[in-house]
Amino acid sequence: MMDYVWLIPLFPFVGFLINGFFGKNLPKNVVGTIGSMAVGLSFLVTVCIFFQFLKLPPEAKPVEKVIFTWIASGTFSAQAAFLIDPLSLIMLLIVSGVSTLIHIYSVSYMHEEEGFYRFFTYLNLFVSMMLILVSANNFLLMFVGWEGVGLCSYLLIGYYYEKQSASDAGKKAFVVNRIGDFGFLLGIFLIFWTFGSINFREVFAMASKYPVGAGIITAITLCLFVGATGKSAQLPLYTWLPDAMEGPTPVSALIHAATMVTAGVYMVARCSALYSLAPISLTVVATIGALTAIFAATIGMAQFDIKRVLAYSTVSQLGYMFLACGVGAYVAGIFHLMTHAFFKALLFLGSGSVMHGLSGELDMRKMGDLKKHMPITYWTFLLATLAIAGIFPFAGFFSKDEILLHSLVDGKVIYWAIATTAAFITAFYMFRAVFMTFHGESRVDHDVAHHIHESPPLMTVPLMILAVLSVIGGFVGIPLIEGGHIFRDFLSPSITPVAFQPAAHPTHTFEFGMMIFSMGVAALGIYTAYKFYILVPDLPTIVADKFRTIYDLIYNKYYVDEIYDTAVVEPIKEGSNILWTVVDAKGVDGVVNGSAGIIAYLSAHLRKLETGFVQNYAFAILLGVVVVTGYLIGR
Amino acid sequence: MVVPVSYYLTLSIALFALGVIGVLVRRNVLVIMMCIEMMLNAVNLAFIGFADYFKAVDGQMFVFFVMTVAAAEVAVGLALIVAIFRNRGTVYVDELNILKW
Repeated sequence: MMDYVWLIPLFPFVGFLINGFFGKNLPKNVVGTIGSMAVGLSFLVTVCIFFQFLKLPPEAKPVEKVIFTWIASGTFSAQAAFLIDPLSLIMLLIVSGVSTLIHIYSVSYMHEEEGFYRFFTYLNLFVSMMLILVSANNFLLMFVGWEGVGLCSYLLIGYYYEKQSASDAGKKAFVVNRIGDFGFLLGIFLIFWTFGSINFREVFAMASKYPVGAGIITAITLCLFVGATGKSAQLPLYTWLPDAMEGPTPVSALIHAATMVTAGVYMVARCSALYSLAPISLTVVATIGALTAIFAATIGMAQFDIKRVLAYSTVSQLGYMFLACGVGAYVAGIFHLMTHAFFKALLFLGSGSVMHGLSGELDMRKMGDLKKHMPITYWTFLLATLAIAGIFPFAGFFSKDEILLHSLVDGKVIYWAIATTAAFITAFYMFRAVFMTFHGESRVDHDVAHHIHESPPLMTVPLMILAVLSVIGGFVGIPLIEGGHIFRDFLSPSITPVAFQPAAHPTHTFEFGMMIFSMGVAALGIYTAYKFYILVPDLPTIVADKFRTIYDLIYNKYYVDEIYDTAVVEPIKEGSNILWTVVDAKGVDGVVNGSAGIIAYLSAHLRKLETGFVQNYAFAILLGVVVVTGYLIGR
Repeated sequence: MVVPVSYYLTLSIALFALGVIGVLVRRNVLVIMMCIEMMLNAVNLAFIGFADYFKAVDGQMFVFFVMTVAAAEVAVGLALIVAIFRNRGTVYVDELNILKW
């Protein structure tokens, strides 16, 4: 079965080709079935390979399958090859599994849309590229997937291209991602320049001979991290992700929550062998992660668009994952990546279900009391919210608790303090969303109110499956019990631990205390939300009035978009304008038009020589003869 | 009596110069054609003179070539002149100047 690993990205690609070329003329349910089947088959193959991999003896791992040599030029060679190791298997399972559910959901959710086939074409291409990204055995092939998912993200954000804001958001995502990709590309160049190879295993084996803190390793890892901040929406390149919510909701769930945006975290974990040698880079990763976690969480408190709340929450949770990687707890980062994929996909699909029931309404101020109309959506959404808030025994509890623990014992107290504050805020704004959407009194517009309905089974079944995963997904990483952390034991062959600091072994009492504490923080956040939005519904307005400046700052997302506009976008526009009107229109065109003008002026005078009078020409010939003869004689 | 080669050459140069002047200053195409013929014959004369002087027949052979070319040239040239005259109604070169700027 291992030999058929290439089938995993191939199935969605075939689906992409079929839907892309023939989808227009196929009935909608056929298009949807092809799209979902393609991804489902990938998931099946992945599961088979996963179980086969478990049975392999340790010395046979990891498995590398070369399909063909893609580029061979001098000393440079790149193969189209797949690396099957615990890390890529986990990612393959998450990506193909969550994708399958979201495809099935989309068949129903997108049914009324124009260009249904276009949606599935892009979605299948995305899955194919994402699977290449996580299973590639070298940096270049990974970069192909990296760019491919970026392209699909652009196409799908701009899916409603007739809408100005959607196509703008698509462009913004693409341009901001380019900045990150540039860093990633520089990182790859540096890797080839330093190691003469781009194969993961060769590079990591050679890197282990470098001393801790080697300058070149630090440079490489920082460049790669720039790529990660772009793709995974970290400070300062996070601005595209909230805008990406212009895309259809399944896209937000799949690309902008569960899979693509986690590519940066995957890449950092994949390069753990490099990052573990670069203390400076790790500090940068952890600091950026912690800052992003708190920064995005605070913005999430004051948003009213349900998808934007979730988007900022995604940015914040990605910050957690980077914080974990930055303190050397790569396993905790990937663990949170997995549980986050389950509950955040569920939250987005739930919000999509709400939108479906409310004829596309996104503003939480126009929701409320949907609990009795949409029981399945409500309960699944609530489970996911409990999971993201970090309540025992839901999936988020285990992964978030592990990150908090590691940020304290392996990192610094300040990381832990920031992460804990962010956890409080997360619990607050997520329950704020639940209370505003499903509880309280109905603020739904009158003409929408009479046909609120629960979504069809094709949408609610994926919700329920994801809800189950959000509840039990954390049990693969039970702390405290020896050998209970199956996830860490499984993943450890792929991860190179940080060498320069000894692994901390906190006592069980300490770990237990930490769990109680983080639960308490989450519970406090939930209670605060309860007080604000259920007990005293006037309180938010009162508090907002009292802290007007701060509230305005948060409500306007710290004016980051405006700052970027004035500091970066406008100067670039101005500069381009000068380049256009002065350098190009006057300078370049001036040279071209000027040389043509000189020629025209000269020929206007020289053409007078063409008299059309045959004897003048004869005279010219004679003159020539005289000159040549004179030269020959007088020589 | 042997005629010195310089006599041949002087006559040849004189004929050639007359031909050139004729080509440059006359207006009638027919006269210009005749002047060209005169230049060719001046060259022929120079060939003959040198052939006699060097006691070689190469020069005389070239004269035959030149005469052949001249005959062909006259045949084409006269035909062109007739055609031009039919078209434009004139044989004066200063009136045949439409190929100017």
